[in-house]
Amino acid sequence: MKSLERKLFPYLMLLPMVIIFGVFLFYPALNGFKISFMKWDGINAQEFIGLKNYVKLLKDKTFWRAFTRTIAFTAMAVPGIYVAAMGLALVLTREIRGSNFFRAVFYWPTMISSIVVGLSWRFLLGEDFGVINYVITTLGRSPVKWLTDPRAAMGVVVFVTVWSLAGYYMVMFVAGIKAISQDYYEAAQIDGATFWQQFWYITLPLLKATSLLVLVLSTVTVIKTYPLVFALTKGGPAGATKFMVQAIQETGFEKSQMGYACAMAMILFAVLAVLTMVQFKLNKGGSQNED
Amino acid sequence: MKTKRLAHAGLYLLLGILCFIFLMPIVWVVFSSFKPAGELFAWPPSLIGKNPGLDNYILALEEGDFVRYFVNTVMVSLIATLLTVVVNVMAGYVFAKYHFRGERLLFGMVMVTLMIPLEVIMIPIFKVIVATKLYDSLWGLIIPAVASPTAVFLVRQYYVPIPNELMEAARIDGASELQIFLRVMLPLAKPVVSVLCIFSFMWRWNDYLWPKLVINNKRNYTLQLALANFSGEYSVDWNSLLAMSVISMIPVLIVFVTLQKYIIGGMTAGGVKG
Repeated sequence: MKSLERKLFPYLMLLPMVIIFGVFLFYPALNGFKISFMKWDGINAQEFIGLKNYVKLLKDKTFWRAFTRTIAFTAMAVPGIYVAAMGLALVLTREIRGSNFFRAVFYWPTMISSIVVGLSWRFLLGEDFGVINYVITTLGRSPVKWLTDPRAAMGVVVFVTVWSLAGYYMVMFVAGIKAISQDYYEAAQIDGATFWQQFWYITLPLLKATSLLVLVLSTVTVIKTYPLVFALTKGGPAGATKFMVQAIQETGFEKSQMGYACAMAMILFAVLAVLTMVQFKLNKGGSQNED
Repeated sequence: MKTKRLAHAGLYLLLGILCFIFLMPIVWVVFSSFKPAGELFAWPPSLIGKNPGLDNYILALEEGDFVRYFVNTVMVSLIATLLTVVVNVMAGYVFAKYHFRGERLLFGMVMVTLMIPLEVIMIPIFKVIVATKLYDSLWGLIIPAVASPTAVFLVRQYYVPIPNELMEAARIDGASELQIFLRVMLPLAKPVVSVLCIFSFMWRWNDYLWPKLVINNKRNYTLQLALANFSGEYSVDWNSLLAMSVISMIPVLIVFVTLQKYIIGGMTAGGVKG
């Protein structure tokens, strides 16, 4: 028979967490769902309008453009992150001197805030004074409108995203590669397999669990991109790099259409919820494999 | 043998190029922050400049309330980190070591929070922030994000393999559950507490979205908020902005260089295992 103290103790210990999640997460989440059926400017009383926000959303070309832009951006940045992280991990797990130093160098950008990353690249990519355009002109080419040409700006945002996140996922790949038994590689070398053959037939298949996890985690992160873009392009030029989170933020707080913005947020929630479910599945599968 | 040496040289060349790509932007920003106003956009640009000095730093300190933003950020990061450790170690410990009614439900609740990032609840959370009188206050930055599912998982994972016999022995000696936690189990958690401290501090230091939602008055700005708001869409006052950016990176750099092992180790533990 457990004492009363022992029965109560766990609940008391969990209380602060439960209160914070309840007040600052679950309540607003449910309330957000409710607000998505309201007309609300943030100040006056909410007015129930049924599905009108959702109907309007379906026809809202600006929103769907932001949506497809976000998906296109994610479809470019995630493979970029995957390849870069894997590449860096492959280099780091070779026999090299100072691998700790190199690992730190590649990891370091993930430690800097998105705002500073964005501002730094914006400084480097300035059209008239930026050092990168200077290098380009000395090579005899004309300067690139990095941040004022819509396509170039999108390319820059993708590149900077990869630059700032690759190191994070690299660490996961390094752990994954180090967990692979050396026996496989020794056997392959005896058979005369090249580096690429070893990668293709040993490393890549055995990293399947890590790979899937990296893809899902980076997708969840990239879809929510906002501060980086805010510092780099402010979503411009003319909205060419404006993604969903920024669209929601502006609709709610700048245009004061809180109800409508909540309906938009529900679309983002649906996408993220599916991805998170996949992540749970993968995590379970992953740990079973490890055991 | 010759091809092997060549491949080795190629590998180091590749590493050199990669280092350049990953380090150059920040190095350039750091050096540029010491260039006086006239030289910042000098053509052709040079890494160090002709008369490097502290002009930009003095400008940043005099012009804006830079010191205030710095102090705000330090206060928010430190207090939030302390509370984050307390709340999540308590929760993670209980999930690892106790069986109680509603355990599955409560743990499921923690899992579900992973699905609801701040980005999704920006608008309704704003309402809560206003209703709880946290709007435009530093406490509004500190309290709402103190509980973290990742942190709870991390602590739980850490405590699971620690033998229950330690607790049983203390119980036989007549210790209360709270005493067991504080005197026996908590001192064992130093490694995971260090990891939590680092991550929480870094996250708060670099955070932008919470300050953007919660803070209005300039007096309450954090560094990231100030940096973001002082850069316009078309023009940027680079002189003081570069100096501010560099100063804002210094604490991060110190933490990273001294505690790198914890950071990268902790990341794999938390990230892969989730």
